[in-house]
Amino acid sequence: MEIVALMKQVPDTETQIKVNPQGTWIIEDDIKWIMNPYCEFGVEEALRTKEKHGGTVTIVSIGPARAVEAIRTALAMGADKAIHVDDPALVGTTDSLGKARILAKILQSIPFDIIFAGKQAIDDDMAQVGPAVAELLGIPQLTFVNGLEWIDGRTVRVNRQVEGGSQVIECSLPVLITCQKGLNEPRYASLPGIMKAKKKPLETKNLAALGLDPAQVGKEGDTTEILRVELPPPRKPGKIVDGETPEEKAAKLAKLLREEAKVI
Amino acid sequence: MATGVLVVAEQRNGAIRKVSWEVLSEGKRLADQLGEELVAVLMGGDGISSHAEALGQWGAKRVFVAEAPELADYRTNPYARVVVQVAKQLEPRIILMGASSTGKDLAPRVAARLGVGMLSDCVGFELRDGVLVGRRPMYAGKLYAYVACKAVPQMATLRPNVFPKIEPDPSMKAEVVKVEVQFEESDLRTKVIELREEAGGRPDLTEAEIIVSGGRGMKGPENFAMLETLADLLGGTVGASRAAVDAGWRPQSDQVGQTGKVVTPNLYIACGISGSIQHLAGMGTSKVIVAINKDPDAPIFQKADYGVVDDLFKVVPPLIEEVRKLKAE
Repeated sequence: MEIVALMKQVPDTETQIKVNPQGTWIIEDDIKWIMNPYCEFGVEEALRTKEKHGGTVTIVSIGPARAVEAIRTALAMGADKAIHVDDPALVGTTDSLGKARILAKILQSIPFDIIFAGKQAIDDDMAQVGPAVAELLGIPQLTFVNGLEWIDGRTVRVNRQVEGGSQVIECSLPVLITCQKGLNEPRYASLPGIMKAKKKPLETKNLAALGLDPAQVGKEGDTTEILRVELPPPRKPGKIVDGETPEEKAAKLAKLLREEAKVI
Repeated sequence: MATGVLVVAEQRNGAIRKVSWEVLSEGKRLADQLGEELVAVLMGGDGISSHAEALGQWGAKRVFVAEAPELADYRTNPYARVVVQVAKQLEPRIILMGASSTGKDLAPRVAARLGVGMLSDCVGFELRDGVLVGRRPMYAGKLYAYVACKAVPQMATLRPNVFPKIEPDPSMKAEVVKVEVQFEESDLRTKVIELREEAGGRPDLTEAEIIVSGGRGMKGPENFAMLETLADLLGGTVGASRAAVDAGWRPQSDQVGQTGKVVTPNLYIACGISGSIQHLAGMGTSKVIVAINKDPDAPIFQKADYGVVDDLFKVVPPLIEEVRKLKAE
């Protein structure tokens, strides 16, 4: 089976975000970069799919040179090969559609049966690339998937997380799945895995090599534009509810919530 | 020329979902500012048309209704076909949906088919010379960006529980327009086997007005019973920190934070949660935050409007009794 995992490198969830003096973007200098946690579920599910059905796992990632580190991590986890798209025209792009067009272009040039992606990247939180890629490829999508079983070698049954429960959906291949926490526990890269990863094929391509026009998929082609960014407004200082006993504090708190905050 | 605001109304099992009222309300505000028409599209199985006219109470002048067995349960491609068909016929300036499990799945698919970029999960909008500028959180709310849509239709999804609802006008009725759709085989490749309700009748975290949340300080799964009691008394729901979820005390769907759900309730009560940067990102925009924790240095107190520094096992039981008394009044 030909299995693809789309993967993005993002700032660690521990990152304290800082805004540049112009207020146009964040300061990226001291950031520690990791594989997007939701993409990790995707890579893991891709590996499990290969373990079940055989085949090849290909990682596809867009990002600057630093993204290679996350790609190597995916290879060390057990993926077979990777395609990395890096082009100066992509610096500062905001549209998910441009990225989806690049990924779709690559996927049109390689065989695939099933594609895994994160349910969203935890940096821009757009949650658009997966569905947009599925649309451009003309295949179904199953999003926010936190459970997956194989009915047979060509059909999956998934749990799709919805408000207050889940939708159970069946679909035959080819399909694109976006992964939610709960789907699996991603493995750690083993030391031999890390050694092997260094020799696995990793192809880096720019837009020209893919036959894509920067005016369409690069920053120039963006149809959304970030005008400015800001940190969340600080909350006004709170008060400590005091009292001699826990019971007294509880009574005071209930009263404040009813009479002052008016929320209960 | 593109004109008007198109809102995708959302239903489950034939009932309109709360987020739709919020999206219609914001759609009306934008349509009024533009001096243009608010239009809704409603999709569903048998009988859904009977809900269409009433969307007029929320400001929709016309409602496009697609009623078909293929639309009974939400599925990406049949729904995308209808929305795209209506969008092509209507040529709206703006298309809005809720950033729900439906809208987040549908909107990017529709945007890609229409060839436009879109804004996800917006918490505010303004119009600058007719250009829609959305305010949206990034990094789970550690950052807010003001983003302009430069292509038409300008598309966005709206975070649930954020936009205030207008007062519906019971005298208003929408003109109902039936949509005839021809589905193709490729639209129908996914089969919905069932819809499992798992929240025990409590509202979903993303829609709840009140959330009572527990962390590592809860010490074990059995102790969440008292948080459930408190949540039920308040008509709310129960959340958890990543620590409590990873310990297996609560299901993953309860997790609040950067790798869980981002929530905006009126009241968030954090019990035994120290407040990691990821957790604070996920609940920091709650309208009122209460923290109950015995560690006075816990970072959660920096976000809290009301802090109780004490053992939660001694505070929560009397708090339940106090709330019970208030509710009985």
